[in-house]
Amino acid sequence: MKVAFFPGCVSKGACPELYVSANLIAEPLGLELHELTQAPCTGAGVLSEQNPELADALNGLTLAMAENEGADLMTICSTCQGVLSNHNYTFSQDPSRLDRANATIADQGFRYGGTTKVKHLLWMLFEDIGIERVTAAIKRKLTGLKVAPFYGCYILRPVESLGLRERPERKTYLERLIALLGAEPVEYRGSTKCCGFPMLTFNRDKALAMGGNHILEAKEKGADLLVTPCPLCHLNLDGQQPDAARVLKQEIDVPIFHLPQLLGLAFGMEPEQLRLNHHVVPTKGALEKVELKV
Amino acid sequence: MQFTIEVGRYNSDGNYAPNAVPGEPYPPPWNRSPVRRYQTYTVDLPVHAVVLDALIAIREYQDPSLAVRCACRSAICGSCAMWINGHAHLACKSKLQEFTKNGKTRVESAPSMPVIRDLVCDMQPFWDKHLAVKPWLQAKEPVPPSDQEYRVPNASMEELIQEVSCISCGACLMDCESFAVNPDFLGPQALAQAYRYAGDPRDAQTKERLGEYSKPGGVWDCTHCYECVTQCPKGVAPLEQILKLRRMAVDAGYTNNAGTRHADAFASSVKHSGRLNELTLMPKSTGFFNIVGQLKTLPSAINMIRAGKLPPLIHKAIPGVNRIKAIFERVGGRFK
Repeated sequence: MKVAFFPGCVSKGACPELYVSANLIAEPLGLELHELTQAPCTGAGVLSEQNPELADALNGLTLAMAENEGADLMTICSTCQGVLSNHNYTFSQDPSRLDRANATIADQGFRYGGTTKVKHLLWMLFEDIGIERVTAAIKRKLTGLKVAPFYGCYILRPVESLGLRERPERKTYLERLIALLGAEPVEYRGSTKCCGFPMLTFNRDKALAMGGNHILEAKEKGADLLVTPCPLCHLNLDGQQPDAARVLKQEIDVPIFHLPQLLGLAFGMEPEQLRLNHHVVPTKGALEKVELKV
Repeated sequence: MQFTIEVGRYNSDGNYAPNAVPGEPYPPPWNRSPVRRYQTYTVDLPVHAVVLDALIAIREYQDPSLAVRCACRSAICGSCAMWINGHAHLACKSKLQEFTKNGKTRVESAPSMPVIRDLVCDMQPFWDKHLAVKPWLQAKEPVPPSDQEYRVPNASMEELIQEVSCISCGACLMDCESFAVNPDFLGPQALAQAYRYAGDPRDAQTKERLGEYSKPGGVWDCTHCYECVTQCPKGVAPLEQILKLRRMAVDAGYTNNAGTRHADAFASSVKHSGRLNELTLMPKSTGFFNIVGQLKTLPSAINMIRAGKLPPLIHKAIPGVNRIKAIFERVGGRFK
């Protein structure tokens, strides 16, 4: 299946392991990735907040590029998903904003007709690829692992633009996927809460406490690892975890996996291939539970 | 129809929901209630019953010791906001059937607020925040005589209808992630009301208000998670109002803060390379002359470098970046 692939800045910046692992799992899932190499950053909500017209034009351009590819746009980042969905929804509700965005990108030879569907890899697994295909690709059941889902805000909220009113099951895909891969999903309140990343530069200690609290709650419920479809959450939960432990004055030491890394492990790939040896929090302990080494 | 309700009860041997204390390590929200005790009741009610119907039935017919605060029973008075299955909702607006999970519904006082008894929390932190934003009109001169209306164009007030719908139930604050770790944060309800007055064309203190709201604890301490938008039972969408206040504050010249520096650094990076430059974003947002702030981020940066998670040292632009620059120029406004 052909998809217009929007990897997002972070997967090509501070989380290269996400980009690598997403490319690796495409083949067993039958995904043909057509990367939108010329698409700009979504603005992660920051540009939408301060200059909505600019964010409309930039995201309109990306949506037009996917439209030209004649395929659904696939994200691997909750934040990219949220921002693109938000602008796409706004365009459908308020055609005058689409007209203005189109007037701006027309200079660059683009026009967005409003037909692109924006879908996170997590949604595609259930809605387009299908669980039969996912199940068929599993070569190594992750039996014995307790995995805590961590969604990231922008794949859950706001509900209207993300289509969760029509498809409330999207709020349960991570848990269902974890079970499908043979692992045990951990139920805890923090799974749908904010990781703190958006506040990291404004109010560092509070942002670290926010993320750290959620990991500690998952740990208390027995989690061996957290899995997230959002690399920005990963930056805060993995990249800043030693600092969060200092702020909270508690040991944390829970590895955080990207969604494609967990899939890749179940598909029989090696931890090094998935760059599980390039995390701030070592993944060794969790991998040993499924008899793997890094 | 039979419904099973688990109610969080107050134990006299300890306040089960102490709030986070400024300066102390932040107690994780689920751990602030070491003596929280749940009591299970079964009630027989029609299928369309709401959670409050069950609580009243328990209090009237099974256990008169249960404390619950309610009045209008029609989502107008804002008295009965509480945690239902771990999120803040109005008990009078939440259908039992929709909130039955694994055969039961769990109801408790929100742990981010101090509890008085059972389902009755102390709303004082909420009212303190509400008052701190001066939620009243500080009218522009000349104020019309008291027997006349202060008339303004209709369109300018339409923008404020959403905020006026607030019933002060506190559901947004109860589920606010920033408030959970930062008791000093003004919170979604107060800031939505702040916009209601800062955005009022009759108000004389707009600039002063924006200055106050830009201080620590104000608009920049929101983590942008949309919980308040999701939980508000009246469609006030507090986050949207906070974002309007941020724009107004920047336009009014309140730019010496990490939030504004972050937005500027972000925009400049996207404009010149089409994508985010993570290497420069953090130091630019922190402020180059904020030595203490810069040093605080250093250990994390070193950890990331050691793990091989360093963004490429030479930040490459995306192909066709001139297109992006042209869009910035054409749209104009902030970030041009």
